[in-house]
Amino acid sequence: MSATTLPGIRREQVAGTPVVRRRRLGPGKPIKFGTALGPVLLLVIWSIGSATGWIDQRVLSAPWTVVTTAGELIADGRLQSNLWTSTQRALLGLAFGIVLGVVLALLSGLSRIGEAVLDGPIQIKRAIPSLALLPLLILWLGIGESMKVITILLGVFVPIYIHTHNGLRTIDARYVELAQTVGLSRWDFIRRVVLPGALPGFLLGLRFAVTGAWLSLVVVEQINATSGIGYMMELARTYGQTDIIIVGLVLYGVLGLLSDGFVRLIQRRALSWRRTLDS
Amino acid sequence: MAPHAGLLTAAVQVRGLTRKYDERAVLDGVDLDIAPGEFVALLGKSGSGKSTLLRALAGLDAGVAGSGELVVPANVSVVFQDSRLLPWARVLENVVLGLTGADERGRKSLEEVGLAGREKAWPNELSGGEQQRVALARSLVREPELLLADEPFGALDALTRLKMHVLLRKLCAAHQPAVLLVTHDVDEAIVLADRVIVLDEGRIVAEEHVELAAPRSPADPGFAKMRSTLLEALGVSL
Repeated sequence: MSATTLPGIRREQVAGTPVVRRRRLGPGKPIKFGTALGPVLLLVIWSIGSATGWIDQRVLSAPWTVVTTAGELIADGRLQSNLWTSTQRALLGLAFGIVLGVVLALLSGLSRIGEAVLDGPIQIKRAIPSLALLPLLILWLGIGESMKVITILLGVFVPIYIHTHNGLRTIDARYVELAQTVGLSRWDFIRRVVLPGALPGFLLGLRFAVTGAWLSLVVVEQINATSGIGYMMELARTYGQTDIIIVGLVLYGVLGLLSDGFVRLIQRRALSWRRTLDS
Repeated sequence: MAPHAGLLTAAVQVRGLTRKYDERAVLDGVDLDIAPGEFVALLGKSGSGKSTLLRALAGLDAGVAGSGELVVPANVSVVFQDSRLLPWARVLENVVLGLTGADERGRKSLEEVGLAGREKAWPNELSGGEQQRVALARSLVREPELLLADEPFGALDALTRLKMHVLLRKLCAAHQPAVLLVTHDVDEAIVLADRVIVLDEGRIVAEEHVELAAPRSPADPGFAKMRSTLLEALGVSL
């Protein structure tokens, strides 16, 4: 390690006078393709482990086996059809969950009665894992699509609610006062002040919700499903096909990563007015 | 109470206004009239009740105990010490906040405060003085009959403040609102106002009509005399 990369205060000799530079407290400039660095590193370790025989093929298939298997699954159309079914479930659950979460957050954030009635039950729901609710949901809704979508919805609306509600409650009271002095109507107040003010919170909630949707998907698809990525993996388990299981896992991972990246993109676009450590 | 004949046209009429926080009277029987187009500056130490009076006139004191009579025009605008621009709305959206189809008027207002061409900027991209000018544009685009300003230049540097004084005088001459400016700056009050009022412990303790020739300069002996009178009313002896 060279002296200039040492943490803390550095001293440089410039034209004979020592210059003391302050330690930078922000995280510094963003690294190009920085988010890809971690996953690529994992992949490299996995490849090296498989090639050297350090990882047993029966326990974990090699990356190239997984790629060939994925190719075969795509060739006979199983991957696409299962992926499409899973995506539909996730998106439906996500869409309904977002609407429910935002509506509940508005009701509970803008009125004391709403908060008194709604906040308690939602906090209780938050403490119960979706998996634990599943037996009840199956009894009520059967094992059809509505049970699956509702399980996902129940996992999604909680983070949306919590973060939107928090974002909404932390809107500066001075803006509320301003809204009063310029005579904003209730609707204009919600549209111009509340929703944009709660947007940073909502988007953070959305990041949790999106990955949460894929997580709930795993739970519902490995129980009583006849299609979907989870079903494909469950079937592979019975035949001991670790390569197919890995394809499913990678797929879940990629989907989660892509959707998170998508939300972060929205975040950057929608919150361009902010000046933060990010920029 | 029957209005006085001469006050029928007053923009603001305050009679026996009292406001209490925890049994402590912050305003203690204030009487005040402001004529249409009149510029009144309100001086006072911290805690003298000057902001409380302004908030009462702005209708921002719901839930505060008190009594008295208050007549204010329907169209009141407030300029706060902080510009209070919505950070997530662009400059023009901030100016026309709550108005419909007022974009053209908003653009004109921005031009009036010298910010033509900055309609699409985010408030964060503007300097403190520019932000406060946007806040002025936001108030004036509503053509208020009464403009309430709560230490609007308090957070600005001295040079910017002088420029804002010139701008505010120009804008008030053009739009003719009644103005109540709360400030702790005696010079600012004398430079800007037609009348200066001093509030102390919730009561009006001094009142001066400023009849100095324009441009009002601190070098004017009349200016200096008024300043020392007002400072004395504020409890500062030099």
